[in-house]
This record gives sequence, structure tokens and C-alpha cells, in this order.
Amino acid sequence: MTTAGASPRIVLAGNPNAGKTTLFNALTGLRAKVANYPGVTVEFESGAWLLPDGSRAELVDLPGCYSLSALSAEENVAIRAIVGVPPMPAPDAVVIVADATELPRHLYLALQIKELGVPSVLALTMVDAIARAGASIDAGAIEAATGMPAVPVHGPSGRGLRELGDTLQRVLAAGEVAGVELADEPAALRADVASVAAHVPGELHHDDAVRARAIARWTLSSIEEAELHSTVPRDVAVAARARRDAARAAGRDLDVELAGARYAWIDRHSPAFVARRRPAARRATDRIDAVLLHPLFGFALFAVVMTVVFQALFVGADPLIGGIETAVGALGDFARAQLGAGLLRDFLTEGVIEGVGAVLVFLPQILLMFLFLGLLEDSGYMARVVVLMDRVMRSVGLHGRAFVPMLSGFACAVPAILATRTMERRRDRLLTMLVVPLMTCSARLPVYGLLIAALYPADGATSFGQGALMAAMYLFSIVVALVASHVFGRTVLKGRPAPLVMQMPPYRRPHLRTVARMMLQRSGVFVRDAGTVILACTIVLWFLLSFPREPALERDYDALRAEAKNAAIVEVSPGAPSLQERLAALDSAERGDRLRHSYAGRLGRTIEPVIAPLGFDWQIGIGILGAFAAREVFVATMAVVYGLGDVDDAGSQPLRDRIRAERRSDGTRVFTPRTCLSLMVFFALACQCMSTLAAVRRESGTWKWAAFLFAYMSVLAWVASFCVYQLGGVLGLA
Amino acid sequence: MDLDQLPRNRSARLRAIGGEGGFRRRLLELGFLPGTTVRMVRRVEIGGVIEVELRGCHVSLSAHEARIVQVDPVQAEPVQVEKP
Repeated sequence: MTTAGASPRIVLAGNPNAGKTTLFNALTGLRAKVANYPGVTVEFESGAWLLPDGSRAELVDLPGCYSLSALSAEENVAIRAIVGVPPMPAPDAVVIVADATELPRHLYLALQIKELGVPSVLALTMVDAIARAGASIDAGAIEAATGMPAVPVHGPSGRGLRELGDTLQRVLAAGEVAGVELADEPAALRADVASVAAHVPGELHHDDAVRARAIARWTLSSIEEAELHSTVPRDVAVAARARRDAARAAGRDLDVELAGARYAWIDRHSPAFVARRRPAARRATDRIDAVLLHPLFGFALFAVVMTVVFQALFVGADPLIGGIETAVGALGDFARAQLGAGLLRDFLTEGVIEGVGAVLVFLPQILLMFLFLGLLEDSGYMARVVVLMDRVMRSVGLHGRAFVPMLSGFACAVPAILATRTMERRRDRLLTMLVVPLMTCSARLPVYGLLIAALYPADGATSFGQGALMAAMYLFSIVVALVASHVFGRTVLKGRPAPLVMQMPPYRRPHLRTVARMMLQRSGVFVRDAGTVILACTIVLWFLLSFPREPALERDYDALRAEAKNAAIVEVSPGAPSLQERLAALDSAERGDRLRHSYAGRLGRTIEPVIAPLGFDWQIGIGILGAFAAREVFVATMAVVYGLGDVDDAGSQPLRDRIRAERRSDGTRVFTPRTCLSLMVFFALACQCMSTLAAVRRESGTWKWAAFLFAYMSVLAWVASFCVYQLGGVLGLA
Repeated sequence: MDLDQLPRNRSARLRAIGGEGGFRRRLLELGFLPGTTVRMVRRVEIGGVIEVELRGCHVSLSAHEARIVQVDPVQAEPVQVEKP
């Protein structure tokens, strides 16, 4: 199948936890990239594999799967990649990764692939664990029985990789092979398979009767209708359903027969492959699990591990984030000093440099997120997290693995959304992405801080009520997220979460290089894909907040400035504000005026009728628009709106005083308790964050889900704020 | 007996796998076949999950859903799974 000149295409398949990713990394080094295929929602990694003869092969890493049967949309990708259903090209060979310590189960997938007649090599991992137990694996016996060369490999140290390359070249040179059936099938089942195989078209079976029967078996054992039809013609699926129904009527069970035939073969042969002895790793794992899955200690340790992860994201990333902000600020100052005043300077400093900074500030948390995910997955502890949290998460329709992203959402939704990729099913990933942004992220805290302060008298020290209100906002976000998950799991993302069935990997020492590589790669993908969207949004926001320029306004303020300077020369009265103070006040006032006259200011006025029932005036509207860059920007935007200049701290006294004092045109206070509460509820629920939307678009692969997220959160926020404000009025709240 | 009722460390032979759909087929593909011997490794009550060993592999599954699997316990005493 190899076309002259083109490098051969090799597909890497294997069960989850077979050591596939480690092997992939060892074979491709840092040369991997993320590959997408149109119409295929699953993302692949692909990389160049330098073969021993100096030629290169393209190695594509498939998602881990227990079998080829399409029981969910994700699993269907494996068969399409191995059979070569467009848009996926047919591979020249398959490398099947199998864990030698659990060989019988891993052989099931290998037998399915062998039937399809694709040249294949078995890479045996965890051979060292078998050796430590004093047993050995007989690769020759495996090859003799399966017809597939078997090569022991050790990804982290690179042992066996050369042999794997040599073997692959030998297999590639031999070219196309016919399928081999390795199953003890009863006659009745053979008849069923043959009858369905008669409908398999030539472009799928390549004149290979065994391959045609393999595809027939696949059709008989798959259930996702839509996926079936995207892989085989409709009449194959129809024939398979007819045979299944007929078998059931005769009291037979095709599912048991199909799986039973393969396992009968495996059980008959596997004693010759490995000495039957439980490897030492398992005994150690059992002892560790006796503690880590203990009803009391296990849960306590789980709480400790999760606290460490959360604290690292919530607090630990701060120095790095601060460093990036300082560096970006310094770069902005430098650019400002180098360039003459004008449009270009503002564009570069307030648009481009700010935008780059807005992307980079996420990197510390993303790197930490993938550091922890890598350690949790690689060590085997993530499987225990799933076991411990399965009941709780499932009760609201989420997968057990959604726990880590949900928890991380309290620090920041962006790394949390990136973390959803640890879930295999798209439905589970999307559901988690839709509810994670409801969690009280750290960017909401300055907004709450300012509004809670406004609720209490100026002289009041931090009171119990303030703390209780903050705690209530956290509780509110958790309740809403769980309810939302429950609702979406039954509506837009219908389909029960698949009941948990999962192989329990033994505990292993994580491979730091694998973890580091994943951290770098995922950060790179974020900067490239989500970063560009964030940068573009920052520039658009800058434009809205700074244009149109009004020369008249500038002239007026220039006149005022000149007046102040003249006045400073004539009168120097003690106690009066210094010239610098006056000029700074004028600058702040000018910025406020400019903002109020900008497009964003006009937009704030335009949307006022919409937000007025929530108790917000148009100036708050500007704040809400500005907060789209990041929620905490609300504080700084309000400060500019009120002509207070640069304020980036919610604790700023002038801003708090101003907010307490701000009046509407009819003399009533703007920030009444019910407006503050309504605004806090609005910020709790609205998706005021372009970066979250960019991350959802990146991880879901489409704007559709980002748009849905924005729409549902905005509607929810409006309705909830409306209820709070109007109910507050009914209840006689000021 | 339902699989989730099997006491810790006890072994049993699978009699039948009921239910239907993807979960059932996944179990079959993982080797939950009539006649196969399984051992209850542990149950994690907090997560509602049981861990069993079969064909030398450890598999965790939801205890509630595991009720579709019917088993016949093979020995009254806790079994020594293997001897070194």
C-alpha cells in the first residue's frame, strides 16, 4: 500500500493504560503534532518515527480502546483508522501495544486487528514487571500462535525500540497480508458471520474473505447506529441486525458467542505465552490500594491530594502570574517610551501587548494543571479518583474523571476546560465544559469583594456577614453547576453516562519526561489555538473601549490642563492639591469621559433598557462589557468610568467610596443592596470571559458549543438577576 | 447471586450476564463470560464501585450495574488465588 516516496503510515493501537503514550513519546521524541481529520471529532497525535534504516514513518496514536467494536462514537475511530474509512487513510501497518502482565485481555484487541489483514506487530510493555516476578514471556510462542511478531519494549529506557523498528521494517517489506482468524467459533456463529460478510463491499474487504468476515463480526458486535452507518454500508448493518434477531429468537446470544469464541482461543493459547504468575507490581498495588481505597484513610488521602492540586492552581501559580504581568507591563512601558504618542502606540501597547499578556497569564496554571494530570494519570492514581468519586459525579450525570476539572474550575475555568481531555467520551467532555465555567473562579473574587464592600457601611470592619455572603456565593455556584449538569445530561447531551467499567492499572512511577512533554505540548496548543482568539478579542475590546476619538474632548482637557499649569504659577496656596495631583485628576477625568463616549459607552447606553430591570445603569453596562476581557477587569473598568484612573485592586478606598456614593439622575443610590446582590448573581452566572469561550471552542473543536455556553449562561444570568432584583423590590429591600 | 453480593476475596464462576447494550458488550469483551472465574478484590462503598479479578486482570465496575452479572460462589473459605 505504500506509495513510492511517501513515508509509511503506522497506526499505534492498544488498550487504555497499555503504555501506549509512553511508547509513542519514546518513538517520536518531541516531533509529535496534533492531527485532526474533517468530520472526525477525535483528535490524534502524530509524529515521525525514525526507523533503523534511516527512513521515516508517520506514527499515529489512536485513542486507547478495549476493542474495535463501536459502543460509543469515540471507539468507532479506531476501526476507521485501521480499516481506512475516509477521511482516514489506510495504514501500512499497525503496532499493537499490549501489557504483558495482563496479556489475555490485551490480546482481544490484537486478534480483532489480526483478522482485518493489516500488517501488524505486537509491542509488549511491562515486561520488566514480569521479569521482577521471576517469570518470563515467550515472544516466540506468541508469534507462532498469532502470526504476529512480538517485541518486548520499554519506552522510558528505550530498550527494545530498535528491535521494534527492525521488526516493523520486516513487516512493511513483506507487504499486505491476508487476515487470520484466531477464534474458536461454533458452526452456527460462523454461518451468521458468513451471511453478513456477503454484504460487505469490495472496497472494504479488498478481496480478502477473512477481512470481509472480520468486518461482519465488527458490525454484529457494534451498536451505535449512526457510527455503524458511517463505517459500513446500510445493508451490512441491516443484515447484521436480521441475523442478531434470528439468533435471539433461536435462544442464542451472539454477543456471548462472539466474545466467547475469541476468549476460548486466548484461554487455550495464553498459558504458553507467560508463566502464570502474578507479577510483584500487583501485590504492591494491592497493598497500596488497601490504604488508598480504604473507606476512611483512602478518602482522607484523596482530600489531601486534591487540596494540594487545588491550592497549587489557586495560590501556587500566583508568583508566576505576577511575574508575567510585571514583564508584560514593563514591555508595555518600554514600547510606550519608544514610540511617539498616537494610534499605533495605543494599538501596540493597549491592544497587542495587553492581548499577549492576557494569553500568557494562563500558562502557569495550564502547566501546573497538566503537571498534576500527568502525575495522576501516569502513577495510576487517577483510576482511584474515578473509583472514589464515581457515585457522586454520576448522580449528576458526570463522569468520575470530571472531578479534577470541576475542582480546578474554582481556580480558573481555562485550565479546567483543557483538563476535560482526560475523559474518553465526547459527551462527558462537553458536559463538563458546559458546567465548569459556573464554578466560582478566582477572577470573580475581586468583583464580589468590591460589591460586598459596597453593601456595608464605609467604617464597618470586615464583618461576619461579608464572609458569609462570600461563602454563599461559592455554595450558590456549586448548586447551580450540579443542577445545570443534571439538566444538560438529560437534554442537550442526552445519553446516560456509560456505567463504569475500567481496568485498574497497577501503581507505577510516573515518567517525568512524558509528563513534561505533555505540559509543553498542551500549553503550545493553547497558545496557538485559543491564544489567537484571546488576542483578537483583546484588540476588539480595546477598539470598542477607545474609539471613536473625539478631538473636541481632547482640546477641552488640553485647555483645562493649560489652565491648571498657569494657575500653579500664579497661586501656591498651602493645602491645595499640587499641580501633579491636579493633572492626574484631569487625566483620570479625561479617560472617564473618553470611555463614556466610546463605542463601549454607547453600547452601554444601548443595552441599558435590557439591564435596567436587573437594577444596572449604563455605566455598570460598560463595566460588564469591559469584564468580557476577564471578570476582574470589571473593577478597573468601573474605576475608569467614574474618572478615578488606574485602579486594579478591589480594596481601593476611593473606588469603594465612589461606589457607595454614586447616585442616579433622580438622586437615588446606584449600588443599593439589591443592585449589588443582583450584580453578584449576574457575575456568578454570566459567561463574562472570552478566554473561557476560546478554550471551549478549542477543546470542543467548534464554535457551536462556545456559542451555546455563552447563550445559556447569559440567559440564566439575566433571569436570575431579574428575579433577585425584582424580588428584592417586593420584599422591600433598599 | 449477583456479582456485587460476592464477599471480599471469594471466588465465583460467572453463570450469566444479563442486561443489554454497550455496557453488557463491554463486559463480555473484557472477558466476563459464562464459566469464567472471578474473585472479589474489594468494594469501594464510597464510590459505589467493586473491583474484581478475572483472567489475571483487575477491573473496576459500578456495583449497581454489576447486578446484571450472575455468579455461583465456588468455595466457602477465602481462596488463595495462587501459590508462588
